Amino acid sequence: MPTNPAVIAALEQQFPNAAKSEYRGDTRIVIARESAPAAMRWLKDLQEFDLLIDITCVDYLNYREEKPDRFGLVYLLANTQNNDRLQVRVFLGEVDPRIPSVVPLWEGANWFEREVYDMFGIVFEGHPDLRRILMPEESTAYPLRKDYPLQGRGERHNFPVLTRAKS
Amino acid sequence: MPLIPATSEAADAAAGQDYLWTLNFGPQHPATHTTLRIVLKLDGERVVDAVPDIGFLHSGFEKIGEHLDYNQYVTVTDRMNYISPMANNVAWHHAVEKLLGIELTHRCQYIRVIISELARISDHLLSTGAMGLDTGAFTFFLYAFYQRELCYDIFESMCGARFTNSYTRVGGLMHDITPVSIEKIRKFVREFPKTLDEMERLLNRNRIFVDRTKGVGILSKEQAINRSVTGPIARASGVTRDLRKDEPYLKYRDFDFQVCCMKSGDTFARYLVRMAEMRESLKILTQAVENIPAGPVNIAINERASLPDKSQVYQTIEGTITHFELIMTNRGIEVPNEEAYGATETANGELGFYLVGDETRTAYRARCRPPSFIHFALFPYLIKGHTLSDVVAVLGSLNIIAAELDR
Repeated sequence: MPTNPAVIAALEQQFPNAAKSEYRGDTRIVIARESAPAAMRWLKDLQEFDLLIDITCVDYLNYREEKPDRFGLVYLLANTQNNDRLQVRVFLGEVDPRIPSVVPLWEGANWFEREVYDMFGIVFEGHPDLRRILMPEESTAYPLRKDYPLQGRGERHNFPVLTRAKS
Repeated sequence: MPLIPATSEAADAAAGQDYLWTLNFGPQHPATHTTLRIVLKLDGERVVDAVPDIGFLHSGFEKIGEHLDYNQYVTVTDRMNYISPMANNVAWHHAVEKLLGIELTHRCQYIRVIISELARISDHLLSTGAMGLDTGAFTFFLYAFYQRELCYDIFESMCGARFTNSYTRVGGLMHDITPVSIEKIRKFVREFPKTLDEMERLLNRNRIFVDRTKGVGILSKEQAINRSVTGPIARASGVTRDLRKDEPYLKYRDFDFQVCCMKSGDTFARYLVRMAEMRESLKILTQAVENIPAGPVNIAINERASLPDKSQVYQTIEGTITHFELIMTNRGIEVPNEEAYGATETANGELGFYLVGDETRTAYRARCRPPSFIHFALFPYLIKGHTLSDVVAVLGSLNIIAAELDR
């Protein structure tokens, strides 16, 4: 669904520096990390993007095209009234990637952010319960990063072996 | 009398008391149906708190998606929501075709509508059937599962596999649909409403079932939207969103059907919405089967995206060249350096794939938006203040598939 032209005009007025692009009918904007919390609040409260479809991340470590930074967070938003969609991108650097959480805005972000933390190691500040969700808690790696191999010796050999006698 | 839930505030007040005891529900429990674990904190029989613990079936499907090509990965999507694999196949290739910009043939779009709706019926049959099973209605489950077997028979006649179908391909399908399959679908559409009536007669006014489900696990419309809920669970709470109507993909614009909604948002409403959706799916199936357009299933061979038919590969030079151009490991489909999110309405909710292409034969990132993952996050909110026996009823109504939950 293409985004409403009125929303795009409002976006350009509000964030004149945000890079905007379009691909196959989807509008995407790139927002700087500093202005992300205010932008999210503005999008939810004033532009009525009330449904958070997904939060995910892409690791552009060896990507063929130049990207602003290593990690690209993706927020997929939708409006349940007029079915608008919008993709918001925030790029984070390699060293200590952290960003304010959006759980205060959308309760549904809780597990999405936990999964992104689990798989990419991005810290969401102010998240109520930022723990690993799919990987075991003892795990130390972030498996969906591009420098993590598909096959090979994993972390499993580091885990203690629990026998019936010890349990 | 329906159970009157304790208020959530009362449950919160009791949370710190030392007379509470902890119950470990799962990972192996008959009512979870799959491998998931919930740590329940109980005050007598009341659930004060529930902490879900997931990841037992995590197998790195998204990492595998970065190493398999666009046709190979469809076998992995079968194993995500394995109670409606056809719908997952359609969702995956819908996203891939959006990334590549492929326009499918009319015949292919109709067949994909048919398999999506059959998958929706088989998914709803299992989720309502298992919910009946958990609340004590065993016969209902048997009725539902017998009809599911008939859906499997149709899938088998289409692609040779009953369970893990892998029926779709980039730009087309594995095989064209045959008159045998069409006749089977016609027979199913003719005979299934009778069973559906019987199933509704078994449970809709059944005292035990209604008492155990009505007013249990209420989700308001505001909470449903705020917690990213989609699909039948959101529609049972009064959210009218249905991608088949709101963003008509494939050929859904051609069909006459309704979006089924309820306002009460409880477990019983979720059951009723699923039952009503099966009737709407039957309406779509009837229209689709009788109006399948003639013509090719796969897109043209010169677009160099869909695998050519085997007869073309063996008998024509264009077919052989195209086959090798697509299959060889240093060749493949031409993919732009772009990103796209394609979403479909599956039985469980919005199933989407966020794809990043990088000019190679495999995706740079293949993110799946799994509806079960989002719906299971709801569970502690829904169960707080209810009794232990309601855990299975609410869990059944959410239709959590652990393979999709953990991927």
